[in-house]
This record gives sequence, C-alpha cells and structure tokens, in this order.
Amino acid sequence: MTKVKDATIPTIPVQARLSRWFGRNLIRIYAFFGFTYLFIPVAYTFAFSFNDSGKSNLIWKGFTLKNWQNPCGAPEICTALGNSIKIGLIATIFSTILGTMIAFAIGRYAFKGRSTSNLLIFLPMATPEIVLGASLLSLFLVFQINPGFWPTVIAHVVFCVSFVVVTVKARIASLDPRLEQAAMDLYANEFQTFRRVTLPLVAPGIAAAALLAFSLSFDDFIITNFNSGTLTTFPKFVYVSAARGIPAQANVIGSAMFFLALAIVIAGQLISKKTKVTK
Amino acid sequence: MVDVSSATRGDLRLTRITKSYGDFTAVDDLSLTIPEGSFFALLGPSGCGKTTTLRMIAGLEEPTVGSIHLGTTDITTKRPYQRPINTVFQNYALFPHLTIFENIAFGLRRRGIKSVDADVNKVLDLVELPHLAQRKPTQLSGGQQQRIALARAIVNRPALLLLDEPLGALDLKLRRQMQIELKWIQREVGLTFVHVTHDQEEAMTMADTIAVMNEGGIEQMGSPADLYDNPKTAFVANFLGQSNLIKGRIEGTAGDNLVVDLYGQKISMPKSRSHAVDSSIYAGIRPEKFRISLVGTPTRGNVLSGGHIEEVSYIGVSTQYQVAMPWGQELMVFEQNDDGVPPFDKGDQVVISWEPNFTFALRGDEDVEAGTEVAPDDLDEDE
Repeated sequence: MTKVKDATIPTIPVQARLSRWFGRNLIRIYAFFGFTYLFIPVAYTFAFSFNDSGKSNLIWKGFTLKNWQNPCGAPEICTALGNSIKIGLIATIFSTILGTMIAFAIGRYAFKGRSTSNLLIFLPMATPEIVLGASLLSLFLVFQINPGFWPTVIAHVVFCVSFVVVTVKARIASLDPRLEQAAMDLYANEFQTFRRVTLPLVAPGIAAAALLAFSLSFDDFIITNFNSGTLTTFPKFVYVSAARGIPAQANVIGSAMFFLALAIVIAGQLISKKTKVTK
Repeated sequence: MVDVSSATRGDLRLTRITKSYGDFTAVDDLSLTIPEGSFFALLGPSGCGKTTTLRMIAGLEEPTVGSIHLGTTDITTKRPYQRPINTVFQNYALFPHLTIFENIAFGLRRRGIKSVDADVNKVLDLVELPHLAQRKPTQLSGGQQQRIALARAIVNRPALLLLDEPLGALDLKLRRQMQIELKWIQREVGLTFVHVTHDQEEAMTMADTIAVMNEGGIEQMGSPADLYDNPKTAFVANFLGQSNLIKGRIEGTAGDNLVVDLYGQKISMPKSRSHAVDSSIYAGIRPEKFRISLVGTPTRGNVLSGGHIEEVSYIGVSTQYQVAMPWGQELMVFEQNDDGVPPFDKGDQVVISWEPNFTFALRGDEDVEAGTEVAPDDLDEDE
C-alpha cells in the first residue's frame, strides 16, 4: 500500500490529537501516580529489610540476606510477634463467630430494636481508639483485672466485631432470598437450607471478615498499649525500638506479612471467581 | 422428609383463601380447584394476586384465612419442604455454588435418596442439556438456566409443579420455543402444572384451563377458547385480546335468541351467551369476527350500517380498520389479507356484519375500559 498524502482528507490538528491521547490515558496516568504513592513506603520497607544495618536501619549500608536468614535476631522480636499472632487468632475466632451471628440477626430478622442495634454496632468503629482503649483499661481496673494477654484479647474482640458485622452483613444483603426459598421448596428443612445454601454462599464474606479482623488486631497499637500491661506485641515492639533504632528484622517481618496478605487476597480472588453469587 | 412417590396426589383445592398484608388484601376469598394432570394457568395483570396465590400453594406464604387441600390432605400450614410441590422460580434461583448436576440432585438428596445419577441424567436428557452437568449456573445462558430450573423441579416428580412467570426473562423467540417445549414436557411427564403469567398469549398457548385473576379474585375460569369467545366480564374481554363493546338494550326474545337494540339498529344473539342481569347490556364482538362490505353489496347475519372507514393499518397477516359509527364509536375490524391489497380506503362508506353466534353480552354497568389500561407486555411481576 502506498501512502500518498491526499490533500482532500482533512487532517486532525496536533493539539487536538494530543488532548485526545491525554483524555484516553488520563485514568492510566492517574493510576500510576496513585499506586506509586501507595507502594513507595512498602517498597522502602522491603528494600531496607536487606540492609546490612547494624543497630539503626536508617541509612543504606549494603545488601545482605542475613536479616531474612535470622528474622528472630533482634532481641524480643519473635516473642512480640508470637504474642501478636496469638492475640490476633483468638480475637479473630471470637469476633468472627459473634459478628457473623449478629450480622444474620440484623440482616435477616425483623425484631424490636433492630435499627438501634444496627446503629450501636457502628459505635466502636466510630469511637476514637484512644478513648476506647482508655475506657476499657479503666473498666478492667474497676473489675480488678490486671492488663495483660486476656484483657488485650477482649479489647480486640470489641473493636473487631463491628467490622465483622459490617462485612458479613453486606454479603447477606447481596444474597437472593429466593435461593433459600428454592432450597426449602426442594425439601431442605431450615437447618439443611442454612448448611447447604446460606452458609456456603455467605462464606466468602465471613472469610473476608476474619482476615480483616486479624489484620486489625495484628497491627493495633493504641488500644493494645493501654490494656496489655507488660506484654509486648509486635506493634509495641516497633514503637518502643523506634527510640533506639528499629532493627532490620522488623522490616523482614513487616514485608513477610505484606506478601502473606497479598497471597491470601489473590487466592481469595481466584476462589471467589469460581463461586460467584449471582444477583 | 417427603416421600413424593407415595405422597397424596389428586386435585388441588383452594377453599375461600384470603391473604392480607396489613390493610392490603392481595387475595380475596378465592376458591379454586385444579384438576390432577392438567396444565392450569393463573393469568392476570401485575398485583392481581396470582403470585401470592402460587406462593401459598408452595408454602412460602400462609393464607390469612382459608384452606388448601391436595387430594384429601390439608396442606394449608405445612412447611414448603413438607409438600410434594416444586416450583420453577421466576429468575430460576439456581444455586450458584453448586454444579448443574448437584442443583438437580438437591431435592433428591434432601429426601435421602442415595443413588441420584440415573434420575438426574434422565431429566438432563429430557431438557436436552446432558453435556452441561458439570458446569456452574453462571456459565449457562438464560434459556439453559430456565431448562435446568425446570429439570431441578420435575426430577422430584412432584404432585404439582408451579411455574412462576418462567419465561419472563427470555426473549420472544426463545419464549415461543419454550412454550411449546413446556407443553410437550408436561404431556411427557404427566404432572400437574400450575403456571402463573401476565402474558395472555402464553397462557392461551399452553394451558388447558385458564383462571383470569383481577384484584385478588377470579374473574372467569375456562378453556382458552371459552374465555376468548365468551367472556363474562369486560375485564376478561379486554385482557384476552381486543373487543368491541357496544352499548345496547335487550328488546325481547325470539326462540333461543335475544333481540338487541344497538343505537336503533336491531341485531340478534344466542340467549346462552348473555351474562347480563337486566335489559341494559354491552354487546361484544371480537374484531376478527366482523366483516366489512361497501354500502349496497349483499350481507348476511347481523348488520350495523352507517359507518365509514376512519383508519387503515396494513400489518401483513391482516389489515386493521377503524370504522367510525354514527353514534360516535370507532369499531375495530381485522380482515384477513386473502386477496392481497387492502380493498377499502379511508373514507369509504361501509356496512359491518357478523354471525349472530359470535356475539356475547356483558352487564350494562360494566367498566368498558377494564383490563385495557394494563399493557400486559411491560409488566414486571413483583408483587
């Protein structure tokens, strides 16, 4: 094909073409800057987990793998991590069970005080953590319970429940009630309907809520600081060591947690693609 | 657990059923018998109570007053899973987390049947989709989902199969095809089908018996031909097709016929086709029963003269005329296009005639607009 410039075909001015290109790619440019902003801190944390830092991890001193080979190298760090994981798991289990039951009650049944309960559930989310933490501490002290492991777990359940309720309730709301009617129509009694239809369809919401609860519990500092007494959690460890210089092992654990969460989210996406709920 | 095979079968009887939601009465003192083995349609506009009636039969709603019997068993307060009745839901309601096979096997498994393969495969063959057994519902087209929903219900061989606007979500061509297919499947499996629809054409195509519902009650029940040719009320006359309703007065009788005066012109009609209570009536004639002839040409049967052609619409299979009558009414006439070109032009002076036997008479105090203000096609049933 020969390209002969045909004077009769009007050409589009350069300026118009540029602005068109800009219009078409605006969302990409915006996304590029948005993600850069979000991920620079993560990238920084990851990069400095390889820093041959010594005591303080502020200046790049050279690449090493020894932090990753020995993540428990910094004193106390793995005890703190263990505590955080233990508190996180227990708080997640309790808040997920409790929150799921509340979500079903509010999402499915008309009872007196339903809208009030719906509102009250939001309160722990809206209350400043510093207030919640301090009030819980004074409450524990009134009942002569010393701060420590279990008070921290109870405190975490308090604020995680709200998030679980909101997440699970959204899933229940998107569930077509006709599916349960169809199950009952097909000889499933109330329990079988719940077990075979309702629960499997709400499960992704419950799983998402549990993950959310765990991550909220894991990185909570303010409420934990009030209620944990001498117990060290991972956020507390990082906060305290910040004064003397955070060890590179903290970056290792932080990065590892990030990649673990990422893997779980990707796995969740893949699974939910298979069990999509239709409207 | 319901053992469907030996469960009570027989006619379904609704006795004086009323269902109210607060001040609103959805179904009002309805009595109805659906014979075993029939293809029965509940036809009516949105909000007439047909879906509520269906849900009460399924057990998804409880009647406020009244009773429901299947054969001799009272099932009024039985839970949905205790009734040998299955439903094809409006939007199919297939379980999205289960495969097509497991969807169909769901009812069998809940009834404690261990080996389900043969039954499931048999209905998959019946709906001609055996190759989709391992798919998930979202991977199927609307028409395929519709058939699976049907298969999931009939695999249980219920005493009664309820279809709630089953074809509403399909396009016209597929709907036509499924109408014929459903009818065929009903004959094949020999179950009682109760079909809820707002589409009069769908009801007439498929059902042996149609109950036309309006405002929570039954207007008229009968075969499609009965309802169409001899409607008892203006609502039925207008909801099933179109009708010309002409105000008139019964003047006397002549043998088995009534002599009726329509704006000064005398016609006759069979006594048996009058549903009037006194001499004031509306005479009803379907548009395709009319014949048009030019003034001066021979006619037979009933004759109304003095009209002229007001409007001509050629629509292929027929030509539709609006004929203006001396008393100010426009009558609708459908003529077959047997001989090609429309033979009448706008403004032609014409005479309308028809066979007396095609006339029906409604009460003179009827609302002639009843059933016309609802355009059945753009209704979305969500009562």
